[in-house]
Amino acid sequence: MTIRDLADKLGSRVLIGQDRLDQPVYSACCSDLMSDVLAFVTEKTVLLTGLTNMHVLRTAEILDLKCLIFARGKMPGQEMLERAEEMGLVVLCSPHTMFTSAGLLYEAGLRGALMPSGAAQQSAS
Amino acid sequence: MSASALDKHYPIQHGDYTRAGEASADIKRTLRQLGVSADMMRRVSVAAYEAEMNMVIHSLGGEMCLQVEADHIRLTTQDVGPGIADIDSAMREGFSTANEEAQSMGFGAGMGLPNIKRNADAFNIHSQPGQGTRIEAVFYLS
Repeated sequence: MTIRDLADKLGSRVLIGQDRLDQPVYSACCSDLMSDVLAFVTEKTVLLTGLTNMHVLRTAEILDLKCLIFARGKMPGQEMLERAEEMGLVVLCSPHTMFTSAGLLYEAGLRGALMPSGAAQQSAS
Repeated sequence: MSASALDKHYPIQHGDYTRAGEASADIKRTLRQLGVSADMMRRVSVAAYEAEMNMVIHSLGGEMCLQVEADHIRLTTQDVGPGIADIDSAMREGFSTANEEAQSMGFGAGMGLPNIKRNADAFNIHSQPGQGTRIEAVFYLS
């Protein structure tokens, strides 16, 4: 599966990275809580979020994420888009809610990013 | 890599959400230039980012330092207050005293200190209410 497949499945707009859509993707995560993303994501994955502030980009930079998807048609500011371009990210804007966006991606065969060992037990307790 | 190969200091301002994260991004770039492994780079920069956000959200300001030695990386933060009254609670996932502004940024949900500890090989925290907090996270290079 490629980022282009995700964009097609969601009917999303490509805000940044039109020339980088053919990268393969293997997993995704979905959160508005950047601390959770920082704690549990260890793969170069896709982040689906409803937050559109600079800390989403900072998190992507720290974790080397390759694609951001903003849910519910949310549009990040121009400054964010320019920074995302510098970072070589792909940024998509999904017209669906977070729940529906995640459901569509799951239905298409995308699975959740693996959590580090021990994290599942910790977060479930 | 020679001993004390690198020693960088970053001033951190309270409430500066616009620049928050810049020090951590620089730490990551620095480690990449030094040829540190991807996994180690991720662990140190996640810890740095959480520590930096903690200082921006909770402290009155302070300094974050990165020291790279031959066999380990040391990340330290020292702030000027207000200190943590109950460190045991602060170390528990989900415990937070952060304000709404921090939460609107995707932080302040009580994951910061546990995230730093989880990523480090050794972790120390000393705090005195009314004075300040010092955090030390060490990462061993194998």
